[in-house]
Amino acid sequence: MSTGNMNFTLKVWRQKDANSSGKMVTYPAENISPDMSFLEMLDVVNESLIHKGEEPIHFDHDCREGICGMCSLYINGRPHGPKRAITTCQLHMRSFNDGETITIEPWRAAAFPVIKDLAVDRSAFDRIQQSGGFVSVNTGGVPDANIIPIPKVIADEAFNSATCIGCGACVAACKNASAMLFVSAKVSQLGMLPQGQPERWSRVQAMVAQMDEEGFGNCTNTGACEAECPKEISLLNISRMNNDYFSAKLFREEKVHDHGASGGE
Amino acid sequence: MSEFKQTFNSSLGKKLIMALTGLFLCTFLIVHLGGNLLLFCDDNGYSFNMYANFLTHFPPIEVVAYILYLAIIVHALYALILTVNNTKARPVAYVAHNDAPASWSSKNMGLLGSILLLFIVIHMGDFWYKYKFTHTVGYKEYRTNVLTNQTTVSDFTPADPTFEHSSTTEGDTEIIRVKDLHARVANSFSNVWYDLFYVIAMGAVAFHLLHGFQSAFQTLGWRHRKYTPIVKFIGTWFFGVIIPLGFALMPIVYYLKSLGR
Ligand code: HEM
Ligand code: SF4
Ligand code: FES
Repeated sequence: MSTGNMNFTLKVWRQKDANSSGKMVTYPAENISPDMSFLEMLDVVNESLIHKGEEPIHFDHDCREGICGMCSLYINGRPHGPKRAITTCQLHMRSFNDGETITIEPWRAAAFPVIKDLAVDRSAFDRIQQSGGFVSVNTGGVPDANIIPIPKVIADEAFNSATCIGCGACVAACKNASAMLFVSAKVSQLGMLPQGQPERWSRVQAMVAQMDEEGFGNCTNTGACEAECPKEISLLNISRMNNDYFSAKLFREEKVHDHGASGGE
Repeated sequence: MSEFKQTFNSSLGKKLIMALTGLFLCTFLIVHLGGNLLLFCDDNGYSFNMYANFLTHFPPIEVVAYILYLAIIVHALYALILTVNNTKARPVAYVAHNDAPASWSSKNMGLLGSILLLFIVIHMGDFWYKYKFTHTVGYKEYRTNVLTNQTTVSDFTPADPTFEHSSTTEGDTEIIRVKDLHARVANSFSNVWYDLFYVIAMGAVAFHLLHGFQSAFQTLGWRHRKYTPIVKFIGTWFFGVIIPLGFALMPIVYYLKSLGR
């Protein structure tokens, strides 16, 4: 099946399950086409492993077009590999040199435990999102489009924040394994729009509380997340989240447990 | 947990404390440098000694001083708590390291801060503690003729070891007797190892604030297209260059002077 002329040596993290300890294992990747994506290259390696009766390398993926946020992989010391602003599924083997040794590791964070090999459990992000990343909508007749005026700059900014695909590369890149870029993107995308105002102050409190509970680290504003984010989510979001959080905590009446979703008292 | 406690125990609450104490320490550095520039007055330490005496005897300044010590302790304590939490957040390290695209300062705030803490402890032990709590600092007597404005200086040993400061007049001569911290400083700065440590510590101040000053604004959520470039400019040139350079010049100039003596 493989038709290319590139060869690589892979060093891959293999770990049987969450409770086992893992180790780096070396595999050859042969006859790889430069036009293959990184995940397709792993598919080729896995096929040969299956032929040999070995356990294939487990890794996460879904859309393979950079929109779902499922793929991960810490490649040669960088999340989603050496290129900027793309996901691993969008990374092509022509970005590497023939004969290169490529190190592949899972995201490393206490809040992202390894499930198997390169696949990690990112449900911490889901729980953060569920704690406040929504708006309330009344049922009833369909409202007219564009009935709420939103300045274009605001709509654009909110949209930029909303492009976060929840991949977790920001956590993987951060020396503190902090999730603040992700959380701040989710807080901002709703907090900037009129539809997000009713929950604005409770949302930021609930999402930050959940983030802390999951055991992510604390941001020291190094900016590694912003540089490695496949969607180029800006640090501006973190500043915005902090501002909302401090306003909510210090100057607003709403308490976090006023929030419907977080349980009430 | 009370709402207040919950706020300051959160990740962002701790960062708020870091940022506020950090910025308070930044304002202190300005005042401290301003005062210490008096070391460059060529008046046998008169202005500097009077300034040191004023600082230790003016009650509002004493109150601010204790707030300052508290700020240093809180800043260092929260730095420790945050750093420990951050290490726990990544229990398994990566095998492959690629230099993350982040500034060196931003990744080494803990190291830089530890150098600063060590420096602060030694520095305060050397000057502040000796000045305030021991009788190892000598005295100087400045006699000024108010008609000719001529000043003569001499060492002075008070009968009472707890003597602090006096200002009297004899005829046309104004006599000021004050603790001679200036001599203590000159003495410390004549030691090349002390100076080296001092200059290294000022390098640490530079790199700590190169990242820290603008970082505090980001933490507080004060980020704006119009003002952030100004904040970054001040952080880089004023706090990252001018302030540490100003402090570092003192041991260097005094060392060179001590060679000439
Ligand atoms: C004159 C002394 C000092 C000044 C002016 C100063 C100033 C600052 C400022 C403005 C910040 C940025 C806060 C933020 O990012 O929100 C900071 C952060 C930090 N400081 Fe200091 N600091 C001083 C001493 C120390 C000491 C003694 C330590 C440690 C023992 C320390 C450790 C840290 C650490 C680890 C950070 C990063 C924390 C974070 O971003 O979360 N600093 N400092
Ligand atoms: S902020 Fe960027 S790196 Fe982080 S989860 Fe969202 S898309 Fe991924
Ligand atoms: S597989 Fe969907 S973003 Fe990569």
